Amino acid sequence: MALLDVKDLSVEFDTKDGTVHAVSGVDFSLDKGDTLAIVGESGSGKSQTVFSIMGLLANNGRASGSVTYNGQEILNQPDKQLNRIRAEEIAMIFQDPMTSLNPYVRISDQLAEVLMVHKGMSKKAALAESLAMLEAVKIPDAKNRLNMYPHECSGGMRQRIMIAMALLCRPKLLIADEPTTALDVTVQAQIMTLLDEIQKEFGTAIILITHDLGVVADFCRDTMVMYGGRVMEYAPTVEIFDAPTHPYTRGLLQAIPRLDIETEQLNAIPGNPPNMMSDMTGCPFCPRCGFARERCSVELPELVQASPTVKRACHRPVDELVTEEAPA
Amino acid sequence: MLNFILRRVLVAIPTILVLIIFSFLLMHSAPGGPFTSERPLPPEVMANIEAKYGLDQPLWKQMYDYVIGIVTQFDFGPSFRYKDRSVNDIIAQGFPVTLTYGSIAFVVAVVSGVTLGAVAALRQNTWLDYFAVGVSIGAQVLPNFVMAPLLVLVFTLYLGWLPGGGWEGGQIQFIILPVIALATSYMASIARITRSSMLEVLRSNFIRTAKAKGLPSRKIILGHALKPSLLPVISYLGPAFVAMITGSVIIDVYFSTGGIGQLFVNSALNRDYSTIMGITILTGVLTISFNTLVDILYAWIDPKIRY
Repeated sequence: MALLDVKDLSVEFDTKDGTVHAVSGVDFSLDKGDTLAIVGESGSGKSQTVFSIMGLLANNGRASGSVTYNGQEILNQPDKQLNRIRAEEIAMIFQDPMTSLNPYVRISDQLAEVLMVHKGMSKKAALAESLAMLEAVKIPDAKNRLNMYPHECSGGMRQRIMIAMALLCRPKLLIADEPTTALDVTVQAQIMTLLDEIQKEFGTAIILITHDLGVVADFCRDTMVMYGGRVMEYAPTVEIFDAPTHPYTRGLLQAIPRLDIETEQLNAIPGNPPNMMSDMTGCPFCPRCGFARERCSVELPELVQASPTVKRACHRPVDELVTEEAPA
Repeated sequence: MLNFILRRVLVAIPTILVLIIFSFLLMHSAPGGPFTSERPLPPEVMANIEAKYGLDQPLWKQMYDYVIGIVTQFDFGPSFRYKDRSVNDIIAQGFPVTLTYGSIAFVVAVVSGVTLGAVAALRQNTWLDYFAVGVSIGAQVLPNFVMAPLLVLVFTLYLGWLPGGGWEGGQIQFIILPVIALATSYMASIARITRSSMLEVLRSNFIRTAKAKGLPSRKIILGHALKPSLLPVISYLGPAFVAMITGSVIIDVYFSTGGIGQLFVNSALNRDYSTIMGITILTGVLTISFNTLVDILYAWIDPKIRY
């Protein structure tokens, strides 16, 4: 049985202007100790996918489908039920460490309360355990750090504290929502190394949300590419990097600036992400896709098993276009 | 922190001096005086009276004597209107009254306002929210000069439960109506500020973190949301408290409490220079003190603020 099994997950938001379909029919599953990357542009629905799993959607959001954790349904469960899973089984770290810690509460209290609530520890024991965890994520001078407020720490330090906080109850699954986006490059590398070590040491399964494909290549076994709230491609990371067959994945990979090739211009995917308000007919990527044909704009491609390891949703995958001319 | 408080007190001294000079000059620049009446007094009599109160002296000398009197003897001088009473007597008589009903009204307004606002924010867009918002809008649009006679009409004339006025040394039945009349609009403002700031805090990233940590909602609200939600409320409360304990003319007039608000207006109408000055300075000192107190509270709540 998979650790986390997501089936036909959809998320909608009711807004004044209509319903926004943020996520449509997402399927994936994760075994113990697995690493999965969810990749996509801003607004592709990757964050909302994991927020709905954790029951953290905004008030106007609705999720449907099914999410099971160890066989137990957790989607749309009441807070009381979810609070036994949150932090204890599935923990989460967020994109912006500057605002994700409470600026009015000491770091010691923010860490200790997790253990006091979930493990029924005394304050003293919880503080000792928190200190040990801060040291485990390599925070220098952890003892003093514990008594500080978040604003007294740098961004990288705060993200380490967030990670320590998430690991306190030894969760089986860690969801990291763009954990390095708000940090500068050297710190990004440190944080990713730390996550890698945690994954190896604790055997924690990790879902890493990112738009940084460089990070994915080193770190995650599987990669799921999302666009317009839908899964475009879902495959082992190696295959996606070696031979990308989905036009969108190709576009993403080509958009990575390379130092070994001299160019005047950065390669961007032309056009803008789709308006999630309108009911889409056809492939969401169709308007921006260089390979698109008539069929793409009218018929939604299903996510199908394209090879034993690759799932793909596309009418015009690149590997089947051998006889035709390449697009201009 | 001690340093900060000391600095605030030092800055307060010139502030109060400027306050005294301005109100003194403003009063004296208006035509007429405390002894002007419809039937003019004979010039000799007028000269005598003015000499007695020092009004024949040049303006700077009057002001100088006045300030010295306050600083050295804490004496706000004699009332120009009531021959047998000093300004100190008048304040000592009126201020305890307003201080009593003002403080009680303050506590009532804070407790009910914060509760109302917090409940509305926590149950946003439910009937509880609409009810709380409705109550606070209702309380806001009913000014106290409408509220006061309405209360008297209902509780005194129709129901006969409470006296419609008087003070009687501050017995409880005399306090209730002034407190309600004074507290309602403040309660409404506090509820509105609490609601909007709490809504903002509840949408913030660190509340999402607290939820992801699997904390029960009671812990999220009390441990994470309440403190930051109260910051804007507290900055409102400083000036509001001063306004409440220095009295409202309308409350004093409607309920004949003999509070300081009524004395203030009377003294202005009567050109009772020293009484106006006395009450102005009292209000000024209180305002400065409570603003300092608010700053201290801020530093206590928000660790980012250090003085």
